Amino acid sequence: MRIVFKKSYDRDIDLHEHGWSRAKIAVLAGIMIVLPFLVGEYYLAEATNTLIWALAGMGLMVAVGHTGQVSLGHAAFLAIGAYADSALMNAGLPFLLSFPIAGLITGIFGAIIAIPAVRMSGIYLAIATLAVFVIVEEMVIMLEPITGGVGGIMAPSIQIFGISFDRYGALQNFYWLILGVVALVAWGYANLMRSPTGRSFLAVRDSEVSARALGINVTRTKSLAFGLSTGVTGLAGALMGHYIGFYNYELFSIFISINLLLVVTIGGLGFIQGAFLGAILITAVPQAIAIARDGLNANFGIDLGSVPGLDTMIFAVILILFIIFEPTGLYGRWLKIRVWFEIFPLARRDMFRRQKSYLKTERMK
Amino acid sequence: MSLLDVNDLAVHFGGVKAVDGVSFSVDPGEVFAIIGPNGAGKSTIFNLISRIYEPTRGTIRFDGQDITGLKAHDIAQLGIARTFQNIELFDHSTVLANLLMGRHTHKSTNFVQDILFLPKVRREEREHRHRVEEVIEFLELEAYRNKMIAGLPYGVRKVVEIGRALALGPKLILLDEPASGLSVEETQDVAYWIEDMRRDMGLTVLMVEHDMSLVNQVSDRVLAVANGKPLAMGTPQEVQAHPDVQAAYLGTAVGDAA
Repeated sequence: MRIVFKKSYDRDIDLHEHGWSRAKIAVLAGIMIVLPFLVGEYYLAEATNTLIWALAGMGLMVAVGHTGQVSLGHAAFLAIGAYADSALMNAGLPFLLSFPIAGLITGIFGAIIAIPAVRMSGIYLAIATLAVFVIVEEMVIMLEPITGGVGGIMAPSIQIFGISFDRYGALQNFYWLILGVVALVAWGYANLMRSPTGRSFLAVRDSEVSARALGINVTRTKSLAFGLSTGVTGLAGALMGHYIGFYNYELFSIFISINLLLVVTIGGLGFIQGAFLGAILITAVPQAIAIARDGLNANFGIDLGSVPGLDTMIFAVILILFIIFEPTGLYGRWLKIRVWFEIFPLARRDMFRRQKSYLKTERMK
Repeated sequence: MSLLDVNDLAVHFGGVKAVDGVSFSVDPGEVFAIIGPNGAGKSTIFNLISRIYEPTRGTIRFDGQDITGLKAHDIAQLGIARTFQNIELFDHSTVLANLLMGRHTHKSTNFVQDILFLPKVRREEREHRHRVEEVIEFLELEAYRNKMIAGLPYGVRKVVEIGRALALGPKLILLDEPASGLSVEETQDVAYWIEDMRRDMGLTVLMVEHDMSLVNQVSDRVLAVANGKPLAMGTPQEVQAHPDVQAAYLGTAVGDAA
């Protein structure tokens, strides 16, 4: 059992309480950096996809996990980010400019939509964001000169200072680029959550009436949270466009919105780490199912490839089990396992029973 | 000059006159209590002062400024903090984080500076922490500093809520039934804290309370209300001896009605 001897308030303000956790992050970052030399092209592309999903998950986590606002419309913000980035690059802007501007456009769009939308909460907000999604989808089809309409467009190849970061031509560079973006956003997100702004998000999530009494402008705080959330999602959308290469509106379907909600819910609402764990699960499970299915077919002659909807069913079962048994998600479960080891052998069966509570996203006023 | 001036305050919800023509003023450094039977409109008066409800009639002045037209989130900026009758803490955060949220009005950084965590943000965080630690020491919350609210007993939550209001550094603190649901010992603690807030911190206290022993111990003046209307105002002894107050609490004796 480790006891941290704190001799300064800075220990609580720092991102890491002790050197050990800083070292773990360094090891993880090191592995991620050398990953292209360890795995083949196929798995590197999968890792890239997972990172993009983690980025989008972090975006949604700001809104759902930390501010308590459910959104079913985040696929629309992925789309806005992707099309904005492609359009700006086609207009001649370099990626270094078009990428942040695409995020900014998406963020501003989200913040403006939030001003009327955040007066709703829970299921009503979910329906409102769903409406936004439908409108954006129609707009994408209608704005054919920019978006290519139903036919779709090709995401331009990324060049930074003459070095190619093309998805197919230079996958390693593309991977490092995305790793850098994800690391930067995660750092900013962690900073946000230890600052007064992040605390005001949590305050609005848990009790609007006392947030107001403490001087927090609830409408402005929710709009800011939604703007940051959609901005990061827009960045993820831009990268998703480059990752897929040639895409149309069907890439950003309502299922993407739902999958994103799964990422944050299964990963662990209210934890940045949850977005990563959720993204790993959502991108790895279909692969694992496919590998297992091929294995069954090859070794035992059981052919499950003809069973329709098997992947979806397994997904659904995982989600239902998590909602019933572990509302705090994968990261919440990991925290409990860690405590079990840290205080071994003093853990008791019902230690976390009182903490089993759902986030109040459905709160009525 | 009085710190808080409530003049002819009224709020009607449809035909229900929840508060109807209540006037009182609270002097700086005073402990002022509002008592009355259930449904008398005490908490409604609080919600009017903290601008959660819109008054039908009347004005509220704080520190010489008319606050009747302000937004609910502007009130804290002026130095008015409050607690809630049914605890309204941030359940999924620690005691320390809850108290730090009380410092919101003192932040001067914007969200971009926060995301980059510039040195200025760290300086302010240290300052907030210093102030919060003073509150923790005052209310003896050291043992609970890093505990989640969701797992804390009722009595401790009640104290954390007072702490969050104090962390704001207010001039006026509104306590909505600070002793409800507390044991005799805990109520005694609250009495000492209110006394210390007034004497050592120079705070003005406005409270709604049912526990008459607490009201008698700490309050300078008491206002009794019933059915939204003021009944009597004065020292605790005067108000309790007032025939209208006794009638409101105990009902009129059968023989007296004639």
